[in-house]
Amino acid sequence: MTARSGFQQGLLHAAGVPALVLAAGYIGFGALSAGHGLSLAGTLLSTLLIWALPAQLIIVEMHTLGAPFFAVLLTAVLSGVRFLPMTVILAPLLYEARSRPLHQYAAAHFISMSGWAWAMARFPAMPPERRLGYFFGFTSTLMASALASTALGYLAGDLLPPMAKLAFVFMSPMYFLLLLAGGQNDARGYLAIVVGAVAGPLAHFVTPQWSVLIAGIAGGTLAYFAHRAWKRKGLAR
Amino acid sequence: MSDYTLLAIVCGLGTYLWRGLGVTLSARIRPESELFAWIGCVAYAMLAGLISRVILMPSGSLEHTALWQRLAATGFALVAYLLLTRKNLFAGVIASAAAMYVVLRLSA
Repeated sequence: MTARSGFQQGLLHAAGVPALVLAAGYIGFGALSAGHGLSLAGTLLSTLLIWALPAQLIIVEMHTLGAPFFAVLLTAVLSGVRFLPMTVILAPLLYEARSRPLHQYAAAHFISMSGWAWAMARFPAMPPERRLGYFFGFTSTLMASALASTALGYLAGDLLPPMAKLAFVFMSPMYFLLLLAGGQNDARGYLAIVVGAVAGPLAHFVTPQWSVLIAGIAGGTLAYFAHRAWKRKGLAR
Repeated sequence: MSDYTLLAIVCGLGTYLWRGLGVTLSARIRPESELFAWIGCVAYAMLAGLISRVILMPSGSLEHTALWQRLAATGFALVAYLLLTRKNLFAGVIASAAAMYVVLRLSA
């Protein structure tokens, strides 16, 4: 096997399903923005700077409904709170002796659900010194794919037949589901996934806007304590 | 600069606050600690909750599909991924889209 750098390997791994799945989502985003008459520049900047599709969709919807600037800002920023626990968990895995804090702060901007779930599934089996380069290679490919797809959707989104579009959109939850189902998790990780999967829809009944955050905190906390109780009884590792 | 462009820039800065704060906090929490284990549980539960909600009660264009259609396509994707192809992500994801397309076609 040839010795590829971590960056090249990450780039190659992203340039398949991960980039394709992301493209499906961002084609939809581009088409939506064009449909609302928003500028192409603003639409591309949204992908580049916010790099979180849910927040980007919230902004388009609230802005076109005429919501006040600060209301949109507050809602969008609050919807990004999930990045806090995700970054706390991922940053130590990206650290190695030669890297500088600046590298981690730069990598943090590129964290998305997609890059995070992929990295969490692959990093345990990867030598620490390869991870940072791999992560930049992987996520910069995702970013390039997302920007191209945003533009493509903006300019040509309405040409897809409706059923093909639905099949496309369905790929993104499936991608995350399969990543979670195939990841190398311990018992605690699997428990958190199962409890979270039940808590998500339940929380959605109570408060749709806050459901992701509430399901995460309530479900994650429940899973954490359940695992600890089992461990005490010697039922789980 | 349009209002929307300005909004994209400011919201981008606001979103980065969480990511940057995450790096800062991670340096103060030991990866072996119980606090870190709890944060990991929260992160996984959030992602799992989001996925199951999107499959069971989607908003946006997936609202135009029926629950049984989504569940059938999900089941097919899991079988293709875990059993038929030994965790080939490409095959699993393509299978999910193909299954959804076929199910929609057959029930149209």
